[in-house]
Amino acid sequence: MAKVIGAVEINHERCKGCDLCVVACPTDVLSLQPKEVNNRGYHYAYTANPEKCIGCASCALVCPDACIEVYRVVEK
Amino acid sequence: MKPEDIKRSENKVYCKPELLNDTPMHYCPGCSHGVVHKLVSEVIKEMGAEHIAIGVAPVGCAVFAYSYIDIDWIEAAHGRAPAVATGAKRLNPSRLVFTYQGDGDLAAIGTAETIHAANRGENIAIIFINNAIYGMTGGQMAPTTLEGQVTATTPYGRRVDLNGYPLKISNLLAQLPGTCYVTRQAVHTPASVRKAKAAIRKAFENSLAGHGTSVVEIVSTCNSGWKMSPAKSNEWMVEHMFPEYPLGDLKNDTER
Repeated sequence: MAKVIGAVEINHERCKGCDLCVVACPTDVLSLQPKEVNNRGYHYAYTANPEKCIGCASCALVCPDACIEVYRVVEK
Repeated sequence: MKPEDIKRSENKVYCKPELLNDTPMHYCPGCSHGVVHKLVSEVIKEMGAEHIAIGVAPVGCAVFAYSYIDIDWIEAAHGRAPAVATGAKRLNPSRLVFTYQGDGDLAAIGTAETIHAANRGENIAIIFINNAIYGMTGGQMAPTTLEGQVTATTPYGRRVDLNGYPLKISNLLAQLPGTCYVTRQAVHTPASVRKAKAAIRKAFENSLAGHGTSVVEIVSTCNSGWKMSPAKSNEWMVEHMFPEYPLGDLKNDTER
């Protein structure tokens, strides 16, 4: 069966750490930085478990600040 | 496969819409406005309408929409967006004219303009963000505030004997013969975001085709005004807002 592998690229400086992408992700890829902050002082989202990503773009669809780029490949 | 191999332009399935520029949005973290801005940018780009689109943003949180979406914008006085859009559309009938209004703007101060523009059947699209509160000014009660909802001006909850009932303005607009498409959507889940995008696209197409007024109400959250986290406010919206403002098409009468 073809396997779908995804990857997300997060614009950390644009992120406001609202947590909506973390909630929307079905495979627990994303998480908010527990201590690190960006230039504007937000605990930005990062890919805590990048290997789990399936490229479904759920995180990017609900992101209010359009910080997330999604890539997807189908491995045959 | 390494992430670097996946992150190539040919594998890209989603990115920031082209029309949305790099200016960081002033909205609070988790605000639904950002998602709707994204959808508006995507729809206009997909329709190839970036050179003929005119947005009218009146007072409210979305007053700075002109800083974020690279199309022509007009600022209107509080509540007067449908009146300004009427003028823009009548003078330039080939343009795609839409308004972007909040609930304090559309349902309170601009009730007359909204209802009369819809009743005249102006060929404009109205995007109506309903978060049941005055977000920009600090979370005061709006006409759309739910019964019992705590706001800055109703600290013990909205009382219907004192403040009246929540105003379902989209249901009122759906009664008017001038409107062709009235729908209520939300943007809290990926599925609802896709549906809202389709609704916005349809409204914009109606504006260009001259079918009449289209209204897309987006039931949204105001986590700062509601004093909740963004994720919690989405849950609160599903639990409390949706029974009062059920999602779905209220009117779909484009075959005229």
